[in-house]
Amino acid sequence: MDDLLNEFLTETAESIEIVDVELVKLEQDPTNKSVLDNIFRIVHTIKGTCGFLGLPRLEKVAHASENVLGKFRDGEIIPDAKAVTLVLESLDCIKDILLELETNQEEPAGDDADLIARLNAMADGKVSARAEGTSKKVGGMQLPETEGGLSREELDALEAAWNSIEPDEDMAPPPVANGEETAPAEEAPREDPVHQDMQDAIAAMQAASAAKGASGGAKESTLASQNIRVSVDLLENLMTMVSELVLTRNQLMQMVRRVGDTEFSVPLQRLNHCTTELQEGVMKTRMQPIGNAWSKLPRIVRDLGIELNKKINLVMKGEDTELDRQVLELIKDPLTHMVRNSADHGIEDMARRKVAGKDETGTIQLNAYHEGGYILIQISDDGQGLNVERIRKKVVANKLASEAEAANMTDQQIQKFIFHPGLSTAEKVTSVSGRGVGMDVVRSNIEKIGGTIDLVSVEGQGTTFTIKIPLTLAIVSALIVGSGKHRFAIPQLSVSELVRASAQSEHRIEKINGTPVLRLRDRLLPLVHLDELLEIHDGGRPAADEGFVVVTQVGNYTFGIVVDRVFDTEEIVVKPVSPILRDLQFYSGNTILGDGSVIMILDPNGVATASTQTVSNDHEDAEEVAAAELVDGEKETLLVFRAGSGTPKAVPLSLVARLEELDVATIEQAGGRDVIQYRGQLMPLVRANDNVKYKEKGLQPILVFADDDRNMGLAVDEIVDIIEDRLDVEISRQNPGIIGTSIIAGKASEVVDVGYYLNRAFGKVVKRRKAKTEADYNGRRLLVVDDSPFFRNMLKPLLAAAGYDVTLVSSPTEALKLREKGKLFDIIISDLDMPDMDGFTFAQSVKAEGPWTQTPIIALSGLADEKSVKKGKKSGFVNHVVKFDQESLLTILATLAENDEKGVAA
Amino acid sequence: MSMQMDTQAGSKGRAGLPGAEFAKDLMTEFVTVVIDGQMLGIPVLMVDDVLGARTITPVPLSPKAVAGVLNLRGRIVTAIDVRRRLGLEPLEDLSKCMSVVVEHNGEPYSLLVDSVGEVLAINSAHCHANPPTLPENWRAVSKGIYQLEDELLLLLDVDGLLNFAQPIA
Repeated sequence: MDDLLNEFLTETAESIEIVDVELVKLEQDPTNKSVLDNIFRIVHTIKGTCGFLGLPRLEKVAHASENVLGKFRDGEIIPDAKAVTLVLESLDCIKDILLELETNQEEPAGDDADLIARLNAMADGKVSARAEGTSKKVGGMQLPETEGGLSREELDALEAAWNSIEPDEDMAPPPVANGEETAPAEEAPREDPVHQDMQDAIAAMQAASAAKGASGGAKESTLASQNIRVSVDLLENLMTMVSELVLTRNQLMQMVRRVGDTEFSVPLQRLNHCTTELQEGVMKTRMQPIGNAWSKLPRIVRDLGIELNKKINLVMKGEDTELDRQVLELIKDPLTHMVRNSADHGIEDMARRKVAGKDETGTIQLNAYHEGGYILIQISDDGQGLNVERIRKKVVANKLASEAEAANMTDQQIQKFIFHPGLSTAEKVTSVSGRGVGMDVVRSNIEKIGGTIDLVSVEGQGTTFTIKIPLTLAIVSALIVGSGKHRFAIPQLSVSELVRASAQSEHRIEKINGTPVLRLRDRLLPLVHLDELLEIHDGGRPAADEGFVVVTQVGNYTFGIVVDRVFDTEEIVVKPVSPILRDLQFYSGNTILGDGSVIMILDPNGVATASTQTVSNDHEDAEEVAAAELVDGEKETLLVFRAGSGTPKAVPLSLVARLEELDVATIEQAGGRDVIQYRGQLMPLVRANDNVKYKEKGLQPILVFADDDRNMGLAVDEIVDIIEDRLDVEISRQNPGIIGTSIIAGKASEVVDVGYYLNRAFGKVVKRRKAKTEADYNGRRLLVVDDSPFFRNMLKPLLAAAGYDVTLVSSPTEALKLREKGKLFDIIISDLDMPDMDGFTFAQSVKAEGPWTQTPIIALSGLADEKSVKKGKKSGFVNHVVKFDQESLLTILATLAENDEKGVAA
Repeated sequence: MSMQMDTQAGSKGRAGLPGAEFAKDLMTEFVTVVIDGQMLGIPVLMVDDVLGARTITPVPLSPKAVAGVLNLRGRIVTAIDVRRRLGLEPLEDLSKCMSVVVEHNGEPYSLLVDSVGEVLAINSAHCHANPPTLPENWRAVSKGIYQLEDELLLLLDVDGLLNFAQPIA
């Protein structure tokens, strides 16, 4: 392409953008002189250059535009909405022509007579409001009044132009100088050569005065010359070269570290510093202020405001905040989309705002700032916020969740559904938004570059989106891991922590329904074995529960990647993968390490997507799986120990808080019971049975059980093992403290009744009565609802031993899910005090509708005071049992069963 | 590059010969390589480097023909196992193979071969079209056959070889 044309196109494109923004500014502040001058000057330059380059069509449009702008500048026309819209239209026309020029190197055929006519009409004051009293009329045309009057040259120019015109009868003799008022003659301007010449003359005068104004602009241009244009390709090359330098520097530094001190060390240190500085400097060249991404927004908001008949004010803070060019390009569109959404759906129309007591003009605020290695961008509006109910309905209508599920989600959770593809709650699809393809694309675009997006919304007050993106993509910190014979890099940004998992440590890889999970503090983390995912495992793999788990976070989803080895963290230069490998979802790039080897960079997104095929998204579901697994009678982890008699004893490990070995010397007596100092408290100590003797001296093995903040210790002889096996409690023996027997690891073992010991420790001694034989109510289906895993785990063996078929759920929500699925039970047992929904509400819900209205429901709680018993009865509970009172529970269950058999309504 | 202007040969009407896309009457130089006993010629202007044995990092889950990636003076180059691409039995230890680095669509690729021969200058006058007996996999990457004294030289269509969208074997 022609160099000159090229330059013209680039410059003009930039200028037009500036004029766009300035015009919007002008509309809000019509008398701002500097803005006016700026706009006029730019358009004038464009017109001039067009003439010079021989681009007549552009020139004509620019010329007509310039006229109107001149009127603005001289105060003859007020830049109101109509006027500005028209000028913006002409700018759009220019943009279109420029585009054609770029593609075809020629102006498009045709003309813009209509637009030009309208522009001229406006310039002549026939269309928009005119400023009062400052117009001079010359035979149907207005003489613009320039500040400071007309100079000698200008007068001459005017005269000359005038004299060259042939007199026309229709026109009254013109008064030449200013200061003369003539009666405004409302004659339609005629498009004739006279007219044109006059306009030209006037334009010349304007140019002359513009020249005066230009001296003010000269100062700006010296400022401008401190910046220079550099082609993007050049910068990219520079960046690549510097990256190579960085890698070579890394290699050298590694070698120096290995070899130790030599004569090379000092110069290499120097090289190291220089390279780091150079790297930082070049990175800065890629940094651009985010204002560049925002530049189009004022115009967009303005146009939207007019289109939707709303008053919207756009406030931009932190536009100087810099970020990498590459990242900037990627977030431009998402930002625009969100601002449009705010304008369209967020800000209400003026009437509604008034009713709501808000200011007529809505505000959309953009705020950008640095924090950590990230840039944070907030887009907030003071509009109507997200309508949670509407979203909820849409969610159910689009089958993204069942009604019950949706009913139980918090407002926050429902709001997050707007990031789901296909969900649009816009009543109508406007030309602006509402097609439901927006926010999910926004989120995926942001997550692709390693960022996150979150939202806070209050109905009636407004919505705020917060986007967090890494400052740069080119050089990242990565964790180098090994799996099999391969090494991979995982971007540090996604890694939250590293856990070493082994069978002996407190972090163990367990399998639930065949899916590996890791118990991490109080959560169950879904896991993916890297060697399985990438199909690189060799047959003789070490035990699957050994290894390192890289806890990775992608958006809201946290999971663990199991690898064999962890090496170290390195700064790596990300290079895109070859086109042949681009389809592989697990790699986001590759890089060269300090030792010269090439390794692939894993894409946490890709790995997460693959791993969720077997495990659901939310870690809570993994817990549900865990709970369900307990129900199915699958393997449980059991702690086996010896206490007294030869028969091994067992207890579900999940019930045990800790295994301790405490010095017998610290066992004391208090209130007739053994206690021991434990973690700053006195913990009651109970011997597993009378045959257990405390050791003479040294360490006593103790199983610590905890519920809420109460701890108790069970003294045993020896802790034998931890085994995974099915817990099928077979015979219910009548020894206190034992629920029954189960075959564990091939040996008949006694399953311990934790509740019994808890009662012993905390004072209630309960003698167990004989439970009725199992035959009476074999297979009775029980549903137990309790948020405490401890109690669930405790009740299950107890009730199972009594012959019931037990289903455990951790919350009423889960229970209701089962109800949706059509599961039926004979008796429901529910805790009262639960976080999600309390027992009373649950009972009411059960009794209100659905298949369980006739199912008797029993309340379980820590207390049984009169008030709660009454409340319970009202809610529909048929009975109320204290938690540790297993005897009563079993009795009541038995009674209910009997009544049922007898056909008595429960 | 030597150019013999054999105008007379040109006027003898070779235009009808398919596969004679090379500028008529010019000598073109080719780097010769051997794959499974067959000699192939790669236009010398397409060749950036000839590499000796070097470490290749395999890329899990990549297409079979991709042997892996390697580091060439700071550039990451994708290594292609030509034998696999042609559906032939791969060699045991790829890290011992020589390779020829070519550019395709702006990206460097290292073509792993059994061995690298010398550079030959060929007169296009002696090029023939692919014989109908040529097996399908070779046909897909061959631009023509050139008759040497003792054997046939297959002129490699590098772009066709690297166009992974088109399966060869």
